[in-house]
Amino acid sequence: MDFLNRVLGHKPKSAQNAKERLQLVLIHDRTDITPAVLEILQAELIEVISRHVDIDPSTVRINVEHEGRSQRLVADIPLRSVPRRRAG
Amino acid sequence: MTAKVVTIASGKGGVGKTTAVANIAVGLAQDGRKVVCIDGDIGLRNLDVIMGLENRIVYDIVDVVEGRCRLRQAMIRDKRLPELFLIPAAQTRDKNAVSPSDMVRLCDELRQECEWVLIDSPAGIERGFRNSIAPADKVLIVTNPEVSAVRDADRVIGLLEAEGKTDQGLIINRLNLSMVKRGDMLSVDDVLDLLAIELVGIVPEDENVIVSSNRGTPIVLDGKSKASQAFINISQRLQGQHVPFIDLEDHDGLWSRLTKFAKGGE
Repeated sequence: MDFLNRVLGHKPKSAQNAKERLQLVLIHDRTDITPAVLEILQAELIEVISRHVDIDPSTVRINVEHEGRSQRLVADIPLRSVPRRRAG
Repeated sequence: MTAKVVTIASGKGGVGKTTAVANIAVGLAQDGRKVVCIDGDIGLRNLDVIMGLENRIVYDIVDVVEGRCRLRQAMIRDKRLPELFLIPAAQTRDKNAVSPSDMVRLCDELRQECEWVLIDSPAGIERGFRNSIAPADKVLIVTNPEVSAVRDADRVIGLLEAEGKTDQGLIINRLNLSMVKRGDMLSVDDVLDLLAIELVGIVPEDENVIVSSNRGTPIVLDGKSKASQAFINISQRLQGQHVPFIDLEDHDGLWSRLTKFAKGGE
């Protein structure tokens, strides 16, 4: 149905809009973590981790996820593959 | 008797808290329970007019707290249901006239007198709300399937959790089924996904609610409308009965006949 609507150029239903907007707004209401705070967190995490491990800052993702009424901060930090050094 | 104290709260105003209190109380009283309702909205009382008891107020909750009358004297007996009582709010005072510990003391006294105490919390999350939840054994959160009402309900749920008030139930009020069907209103499942607390009632939007508030006769006293049945169901669930949620499907509608036909007419 979603696919069909998109192909036909229908707008998403307003209830869907409402739910998606609420999902985001409730995360911030519940945790006091605004998108701005998340950005700062992400920048500082990248800085600390980069000191020890080789990562690509553009691939780092930090999100607040929720399960029922509990929230967790989830960081996804892909590591750059390091070319293997040859022994000897 | 040891009453259970149930507070009805919402955060946002105008979602139907007072109507819910009046009708759940009537439902419980019709089952033969002794029920005392307390209007927690000092300065903006309304439970009296919704219950149709506005002309019989002599003393109010502030009179009790300040010792001008005994608790029994402030309890207005509903003539239609002799086991139903209202303790009205004061209209010319403000919320600070009563403290959370006053409410706890008052409800402890009421616990010996009746089986159910229902407290109508004011909107907001300030003093009046704090007063209303202080004595609560259970809190029912009323919301409408709209962004602002759901957001405020979530805030209230969070505040209740922080207070250790974990026995909570959700009432989704003013559900408009045809809007849900065409995708223009949050569904019951949407709201439950977002708020993640136990559902105790779904009340469909019903014009009769306004008619009954015009008359000062809670809709449950009239019996037959959809909203009335929904409130009766809530009062039965509160008493521990297992009542299935109202069937929201319109079985004779064209859409349901078409989908049945498409599914092979099961």
